[in-house]
Amino acid sequence: MTTRTLRRAAPAVALLGAAALLLTACAGSTDTGAAPSATSTPTAGGNLTFAISVDSHCIDPQQVGNNDAIAIARQTVASLTIQDPATGEIKPWLAKSFEANADATSFTFVLNDGQTYADGTPIDAASVKTNFEAIQALGAKAILGSTYLAGLSGIEVIDPTTVKVDFSKPSAQFLQATSTFSLGLLSTSSAALSIEDRCAGKFVGSGPFSVQSYTPDQKAVLAKRTGYTWGPSTNSHTGEAYLDTVTFTVIPEAGNRTGSLQSGQIDSTAGISATDLPLFDGNGFTEVNRANPGVVYNLYPNESTPKLADEKVRQAISKAIDRDEITATLLTSNDVDAVSTLSSTTPYFSDLSSDLAFDLAGAQKLLDDDGWVAGSDGIREKAGEKLSFLVTYWQAPKEILELVQQQLKKAGIDLQLKFASIADVTAANAAGTADFTYGNLTRSDPDVLRTIFSVKGQNVNHRAASSVDDVLDAQAATTDTDARQKLVTEAATQLIDEAHSIPIYQLSTTIASADTVHDVKFEASSRLDFYDAWVTK
Amino acid sequence: MIRFVVRRVLQGVFVLWAAYTLSFLILFLLPGDAAAVQAGGADQGQPDPALLAKLREEYGLDRPLYEQYAIALVKALRLDFGTSAQSGGPALSAVTDVLPQTLQLTATALPLAILFGVLLAVASTFVRARWLRQLLSALPPLGVAVPVFSVGLLLLQAFSFRLRVFPSMGNEGFASLVLPAVTLAIPVGAYLAQLLSRNLRSTLALPYIELVRARGAGDARVHFGHALRNAIIPSVTILGILVGSLLSASVVTETVYSRTGIGRLTVTAVNNRDIPVVQAIVVLVALIFVLTSLLVDLLYPVIDRRITFSRSALVLA
Repeated sequence: MTTRTLRRAAPAVALLGAAALLLTACAGSTDTGAAPSATSTPTAGGNLTFAISVDSHCIDPQQVGNNDAIAIARQTVASLTIQDPATGEIKPWLAKSFEANADATSFTFVLNDGQTYADGTPIDAASVKTNFEAIQALGAKAILGSTYLAGLSGIEVIDPTTVKVDFSKPSAQFLQATSTFSLGLLSTSSAALSIEDRCAGKFVGSGPFSVQSYTPDQKAVLAKRTGYTWGPSTNSHTGEAYLDTVTFTVIPEAGNRTGSLQSGQIDSTAGISATDLPLFDGNGFTEVNRANPGVVYNLYPNESTPKLADEKVRQAISKAIDRDEITATLLTSNDVDAVSTLSSTTPYFSDLSSDLAFDLAGAQKLLDDDGWVAGSDGIREKAGEKLSFLVTYWQAPKEILELVQQQLKKAGIDLQLKFASIADVTAANAAGTADFTYGNLTRSDPDVLRTIFSVKGQNVNHRAASSVDDVLDAQAATTDTDARQKLVTEAATQLIDEAHSIPIYQLSTTIASADTVHDVKFEASSRLDFYDAWVTK
Repeated sequence: MIRFVVRRVLQGVFVLWAAYTLSFLILFLLPGDAAAVQAGGADQGQPDPALLAKLREEYGLDRPLYEQYAIALVKALRLDFGTSAQSGGPALSAVTDVLPQTLQLTATALPLAILFGVLLAVASTFVRARWLRQLLSALPPLGVAVPVFSVGLLLLQAFSFRLRVFPSMGNEGFASLVLPAVTLAIPVGAYLAQLLSRNLRSTLALPYIELVRARGAGDARVHFGHALRNAIIPSVTILGILVGSLLSASVVTETVYSRTGIGRLTVTAVNNRDIPVVQAIVVLVALIFVLTSLLVDLLYPVIDRRITFSRSALVLA
């Protein structure tokens, strides 16, 4: 089309446009109220395709630990309890009531009547016992579940609907653990399956969806479970799921995920890169975002090395990090700073941002007073040793630690980075020789602090026992909300003030969807929940 | 000929053993193992040392190298490659389950590549216009140089995301096979074109071609009737290499197009340090190589009557 024909066509186009506007305005005025409610009321039926980026060749809820596998597995099982995403409170689900004794060593659950597994067998006390025993039998294969059940000393079936679980030492985290997919319930017959058959999705679940088919590296298809009427109170309905099927398609390549969502070949995904996310803001697409609860991305200093055994050095490193700059320049508009060791969506979290304020002058003064003097290259030295550290990491986005590196350099601290594969990093960290390890841990219970920092836990700092360990043990032994809040805040404050924890940023999950997709939600642990989800047809 | 075949089979067995052993050593020397990956994967924080030790014991990774190797080798002789660390199932069936997908892809891509390669080679020697001839000669090096990954993404962008003619993922139906097969055929076809056009040009310069021309044969007859038949023999030699490049390019192609297959399985298994699965793949791929090169050698005498078997080698009579 030449410019002349264009110019001639312009008035006609303008007229048409105006007419269209008028028409839509009229339609709007007559349909007021009806149109919005038609799209906001969930309708049953329809299928949803959700893209995941990796497949770990196993979708057994009691074994999986990878986020993408969890997205599939979570939908197939119901749990004894549910955690309210808004408050972090543990509420009834398959169990209509539950109680813990004062020192958190004994837990009793009373199950609702009439709930069944997908094969029709009842969800009773005996099957709960079978499940927990099966998880213990899986041992290390049940990556998460086996740690939740650590210290379990006995399971007693009191009557067909009452089960009591005893621990040899306090385990306040157990109540929250019963709300997770890891302790989600499978039918008694599933406990007898081989690891292979369990991984391949041949188990029989208790959740709103059942596995219809699973092809590793390609897709998993979940079908609605008919007759499921025990949805938890934290969701917006309790009957059967709305969707007929949810298909999880594995698309490893990020560009393919972006293009497939844009071109309507998939409906939804959590795997869009931060740079592509603006493409899905409005314009036929919607986004939902939630910070992952648990421990935020941290640099964990290895305090068995002489330089990092020095508390002043660790504090200086934490002060020299400008957390605002990290979120503002490298993350999406949905992401927020790390303001504590725990992320803001974790129960018992408290904002400790004043202890994490960027203070370059303060960092420099700490190092000056400690005898670290800037060398010719700007890197500080003391007794012939450079203030230089190495961190090996695999986590994306890669640029985060590169920015931290630049920030630390301004304080005369040299941070060497080595980007490697997960296997490489795990090997380096297991050797215990790394200066820093880098990572996060998703868990919607503050006991995650004990898991990571306690000398009896992972002891990421390789440090000797100190007062913070007592506080971490104490919070694990109380079920009193106020008392636990005080202890958790005290533990987090100590970890930050003594710089055992150097928070970097909060990991969050963003789901981008076509605007025909509604109510794909996050559960309390920021795992995906398709139970309330529905599609406009 | 029997002696020749026996000798080649023995050589093949040696190749299989060497491939098996080398891949075992390489995976063993890489940092990290299946237990570490499983216990310390995405979003799990640092692995718990006790958990790691238990997993290692389950996978037999706590045993010394020679012991692990000996156990694995003895089992492999009975076609038991062990249990996949990821799925808990037999490693061999993980491979045989996806093999048909890759075979389907390569079987579609190979004829396309040959067609593409032969057409390009002939066209580049056949056309008169110098500029066109130069352009056509520049295409094969370009096709070889451009990464398969970029070709895949470009084709996806055009034919799947914009025109929406073909699906962007999956293994279902012929439509999902088109883009991956074309992607795979481009580098392999380009490689073939490069080789074939070089051979064609040197064949066309041979004295006997002058003789053919002098007898009044036209360009087409010279090309298709005489030169091509001779020039194509060296191309058959590289069939083995072509099969190899098809398999290695399938790693990228299957990943870009989210297809299941040997390529994808290799990536997942190496990333997860799933030694049993990698070993099963290595042996299978080595077997394909051995069989292809044996087939090629047996084909020589059929293609060119001057080549015969003499005791244990091929000779040009």
